[in-house]
Amino acid sequence: MAKHLDIEKIRNDFPILKRRIHKQTLAYLDNAATTQKPQAVIDAVSDFYSNHYANVHRSVSTLAMEATEAFESARKNVAAFVNARPEEVIFTRNTTESINLAAYAWGNAHVRAGDAIVITEMDHHSNLVPWQQLALRKKAELHYISVENGELDGDFEFPENTKLFAFPHASNVLSTLNDVRSWAKKAKIEAPNATVLVDGAAGAPHFQLDLAKSGADFCAFSGHKMLAPMGSGVLWGKKTILDAMPPFLYGGSMISKVEQHQSTWADVPAKFEAGTPNVADAVGLSAAINYLKKTGLAKIHAHELALARQAQEELEAIPGVTTYGPPSNAKNRTGIVSFNVAGVHAHDVGSILDSDAVAIRSGHHCAQVLMGRLQVAATARASFYLYNTEDEVERLVAGVKKVKKIFGS
Amino acid sequence: MTNAMYREQILEHYKHPLNQGTLEKPDARHHDLNPLCGDEIEVFLKIENKKEKNGKGKRDESGKTKPNDAGNAIIADIKFTSQGCAISTAAASLLTESVKGKTLDEVKALTRDDVFALLGVPVSAARVKCALLSLKAIKSAAYAYLGEKLDEKRD
Repeated sequence: MAKHLDIEKIRNDFPILKRRIHKQTLAYLDNAATTQKPQAVIDAVSDFYSNHYANVHRSVSTLAMEATEAFESARKNVAAFVNARPEEVIFTRNTTESINLAAYAWGNAHVRAGDAIVITEMDHHSNLVPWQQLALRKKAELHYISVENGELDGDFEFPENTKLFAFPHASNVLSTLNDVRSWAKKAKIEAPNATVLVDGAAGAPHFQLDLAKSGADFCAFSGHKMLAPMGSGVLWGKKTILDAMPPFLYGGSMISKVEQHQSTWADVPAKFEAGTPNVADAVGLSAAINYLKKTGLAKIHAHELALARQAQEELEAIPGVTTYGPPSNAKNRTGIVSFNVAGVHAHDVGSILDSDAVAIRSGHHCAQVLMGRLQVAATARASFYLYNTEDEVERLVAGVKKVKKIFGS
Repeated sequence: MTNAMYREQILEHYKHPLNQGTLEKPDARHHDLNPLCGDEIEVFLKIENKKEKNGKGKRDESGKTKPNDAGNAIIADIKFTSQGCAISTAAASLLTESVKGKTLDEVKALTRDDVFALLGVPVSAARVKCALLSLKAIKSAAYAYLGEKLDEKRD
């Protein structure tokens, strides 16, 4: 795989990978929770604060113009990366805020009693709770597409009264990759009034999105899972839909004209960006996208797929280890491997791995409905990204063997 | 170091916890969970009035202790069911065993350090909540029995 990516060079770009934890080099295998930041992103944020900082869209000063230019350039860069129009890109804090924006502004205006909302058992809480609560507010039906053998049930039939279908591009637990275009198409054929939202949190860091051709109406993703700073998130929506949507948050920046007893709204995307935005982290997101483009998403995906396959096969070879999700050689997957060791709680697996400076996630992964479906309380999860190595996979596997030894299982 | 947490005693209590199970008609029970990790515990308490020096118990008709001296009532038996890691299960095993025969006032006075002392291993910061889940559940049950509410900041 080194023939695809120069891992040594990439690792040098990430200062934190030199961190020592318990006197050992950090093996960071928790990329599905959040990713580390390359120096280029840290520098971009620092440069904005050091050299171009002012409030945006307001003053006529040179600095304010530079700040506005940096913010709007970031928007253009994000839009180009996911094949969307800049005015369709709304900056938020994260995926959760993006989905709440859609659930409140679009959902409150469009979903009525008796309508159906369709989500999936694969969704993490950020794409589940906002819709569950919208359904409760509106007395709408809430339907789940079930998960069978790690995949969404392809035989699911959308109720004709489906108003909203929200689903994940990729599972943050199972690594399953869903075909956005075919699911969006299926939903709209079976339920012509359905609006489709894709939760891109676990997909955007790994795959080239083509939102204009995706068949979806909304897509939400977080910057922090794709090398960008925490606090940078995106809601993409089709312009016609955004234009017709009422605002979510009211206040400065989102208005056109304010009178004593009434106001009119700015055009999109400003209509949905009330108050001073998080400009520096949008600039950081733009730098992260440049880094991903330079490195090549397809190469990154091939690399993480190879590592996940190696990890899954070696873990499955250990007696008592169960993995969840698609088979190791599946192509429609991301670089996530979820597993459990018989008789050992995932937390204990996580703690023992941490003692060897191997950082994974253990718990319910903000996906308690899916945990219920898998009939487990928690799983351990290793998730790989562009800077991970075969050696780190070996440290993971050795750590799991150590878990078995300590627990005598 | 993390691995110091996994001493033989902890693993033994994890694999073979004391007081695991339920009590029929408990005098107090409490279900608690750690939302960060999904660990769950439910405790069941059998509470009896402390015997007077002459050896006679003081109970009302229902067999329950009168509220005014309820703080002196003792935990006659305790069971728990849980779904959790080695640290939380071992803590529940050790703590349930140690509160048997204690008065509710003594249970109310238990602190996190008492649990750490029972465990006898260094508990890493990330696992403190696991270690203390059973303490919170047992104290909540005791407080509820007394008609009081656990103040997490204070307790």
